[in-house]
Amino acid sequence: MKSDNKLSSAMNTDVSRRGFLGGTAALGVTAASTSALMGKKAYAAKKGGHLRAGIAHGSTTDSLDPATYENGFSLALDYTLFNHLGEVDHTGTVKPELAESWEASPDAKTWSFKLRQGVEFHNGKTLEASDVIASIEYHMGEDTKSAAKSLLKQVKSMKADGKNEVVIELEAGNADFPYVISDYHIAIKPAKDGKIDPTEGIGTGPYALENYEPGVRLMANKNKNYFKSDRGHFDQVELITIIDLAARQNALTTGEIDMMDRADLKTVHLLKRQKGINVMETVGYKHYTMPMRTDTAPFDSNDLRLALKYSLDREELVKKILRGHGVVGNDHPISPTNQYHAEGLAQRMYDPDKAKFHFKKAGMEGTTIQLSAADAAFPGAVDAAVLYKEHAAKAGIDIEVVREPNDGYWSNVWMKKGWCACYWGGRPTEDWMFTTAYAAGADWNDTFWKHDRFNELLLAARAELDSDKRRTMYYEMQEIVSNDGGVVVPMFANYVFAATDKILPSEQMAGNWELDGSKFAERWSFA
Amino acid sequence: MSQILKMVAQRFALGFLTLFIVSLIIFLGIELLPGDIAEEILGQSATPETVAAFRKELGLDVPAHIRYFDWLWGMLQGDMGRSLANKREISELIGLRFGNTLFLAVTAAAISVPLALTLGVLAALYRHSFYDRAVNVVTLSSISFPEFFVAYILIFLVSVTFPIFPSIANISDATPFWDKVYKVLLPALTLTLVVVAHMMRMTRAAIINLLASPYIEMANLKGLSRARVIVKHALPNALAPIINVVVINLAYLIVGVVVVEVVFVYPGLGQLMVDSVSKRDLPVVQASAMIFAGTYVLLNLLADILSILTNPRLLHPR
Repeated sequence: MKSDNKLSSAMNTDVSRRGFLGGTAALGVTAASTSALMGKKAYAAKKGGHLRAGIAHGSTTDSLDPATYENGFSLALDYTLFNHLGEVDHTGTVKPELAESWEASPDAKTWSFKLRQGVEFHNGKTLEASDVIASIEYHMGEDTKSAAKSLLKQVKSMKADGKNEVVIELEAGNADFPYVISDYHIAIKPAKDGKIDPTEGIGTGPYALENYEPGVRLMANKNKNYFKSDRGHFDQVELITIIDLAARQNALTTGEIDMMDRADLKTVHLLKRQKGINVMETVGYKHYTMPMRTDTAPFDSNDLRLALKYSLDREELVKKILRGHGVVGNDHPISPTNQYHAEGLAQRMYDPDKAKFHFKKAGMEGTTIQLSAADAAFPGAVDAAVLYKEHAAKAGIDIEVVREPNDGYWSNVWMKKGWCACYWGGRPTEDWMFTTAYAAGADWNDTFWKHDRFNELLLAARAELDSDKRRTMYYEMQEIVSNDGGVVVPMFANYVFAATDKILPSEQMAGNWELDGSKFAERWSFA
Repeated sequence: MSQILKMVAQRFALGFLTLFIVSLIIFLGIELLPGDIAEEILGQSATPETVAAFRKELGLDVPAHIRYFDWLWGMLQGDMGRSLANKREISELIGLRFGNTLFLAVTAAAISVPLALTLGVLAALYRHSFYDRAVNVVTLSSISFPEFFVAYILIFLVSVTFPIFPSIANISDATPFWDKVYKVLLPALTLTLVVVAHMMRMTRAAIINLLASPYIEMANLKGLSRARVIVKHALPNALAPIINVVVINLAYLIVGVVVVEVVFVYPGLGQLMVDSVSKRDLPVVQASAMIFAGTYVLLNLLADILSILTNPRLLHPR
């Protein structure tokens, strides 16, 4: 079955899960670079219509349970049916959604969220502080299986102050807490006796669930009482799982669907030529990485790590693997669109001489380095590894590409083998990204990296509310990761998606997720 | 007739044994795959704690053999259990999908079986003619291409270039019957192209085989027309092998269409099974496997019964 291209692309769910969980909302300063397609006519959303969106994910094993959201379909479903305390807008800033406003104590330890009044759930119940607390609590505690569990470990206590205010106390100050609490997992659902029913589809979102067949489709009807009067324009939204790339593009060009995610980078130039199709691209936070285990030989030597970092031609990877739909990385996980991206940091260039020098200094001459890769890590990972091998050969470094099976890649290869291909969707804030994958002892510190100065800065920056001071600290941290960290970050990948010209996307799209922060059902309309 | 009843009873007993062995193999196979459902679903977010909590919730902390016998006991009582991934009743989950799979299979069979038999009989009738060669070349070519290729070509021709049929078979329970037929016509045509050659060639070969028999010669000497000789005299005796091939292809239409389901985004049982295997959702995989294996057992039994019924020598053994 594996040799059958059609089938293996259909079964390649690891890729999607990974891309999805890896990323979250985005904190960027640039407005997402939507195309100029709305330039000509005045922007006016039309009410009504039946939207059919083709989504590249979705499996029969999905459910409505927010604890186990695992792919792009869950994400679209979540933002169609539910709301969160805050939402990320096109500038990458988190704005109050179900909360009306929030306030932090000077040490950023105590946060109080004032809830919007008169918001109704699809079943007519009015939103109260107890619903919010129950929805957050569902992801906390010993017995939860939620992916947001580690995010919420910092919460010390929660209490309702009246019906419309929730006060959350943290173990330590966190200036970015509104981002954390607006994570897509923490969908606000109605509480009954202090507990939410996780598998129920009742929320406060722009559309109310009509019918959900996991792995096939979701149908939702307009929520007439939606609290955002200028959002949620469609009468009905239908999300259809179309995993097969060719099927998805055919469905779009033959008018079976109105929009789709994940355009095929290899043929996107042909899709652009099609009449009546708009191809859109947003700068993402998603990046492809190659983590080395810095706790084991030979990757414990920083000279070897530098040698490998210098022996890769990143430009060529962007050109060949991403077909130009992305930007080169600089061996740290902070995207150029992140708020505190270190612009002054020199771009790492392909330099076989330096690579040779460091390789020799590490005393590794004549040895072979193994690089494990599978397309489960990211589309084209194996090809990228082979290109890497070619580049490194010019520096006299012999890389052996080990092709791993897609199946079980994340349990058997990632964080197990010395050096492998991997990918992260990025995190909305510098702190979140670093805490998740670079802090000493973090569950997903996939380089097993431990750097005292870095960890010191991480704690200091987290509790700092002064933006300039934070910037200085995050700059230094990016430099440390780039020069000492165990990760090679060849590139950041853009989101490329398409719609027919009957669809009017937002004027400026959010880049935190694909398809306008995955809030297309709420933000887009028919033209 | 008692001969047949005895055979049916024997076959059923053997069938149950087969199903039991299949279930055991599937169970062991899934257990051997790396990772379990908790790890697969949590993916990157899996930490030892969340995996342990998830396993406990699903009852995966119980030893494998106990889980197997629990499942077996439930199955014997007609309870297929619930999906581990989304807690839905498997009977409900599968019922819908199996209905879709059968609908596609029946549509494809309704086109392909009469078509194949007609083409086969005509090929036998006009043996070595231009028609015979042409139909052989065309059907053999279509069976030689991979299914997804045939599907893409059809989509290109009749839904992109000439927009007659929809490129995806997007159906739900609410879709009216004829609308459903229209939407599955393209996948059904794809399957027809894939299965027709096998049945057509067998029909042709079985009939030609008989044409040398003395009783056919007798019929010819009586001055009967070629068409009458073939349809009335040769065909009934050629039915047994034809039925077997038709039935094997019917079974294929039910269990082997996952690629077509993917290309046409058709919510059938194949896709359900592939999803469940990749997530290690064991009860769903087991239930699907039972249905697929059961389909083969039943259809083979049907083929044997029909072959006996069409053959007086087998029906009344001395």
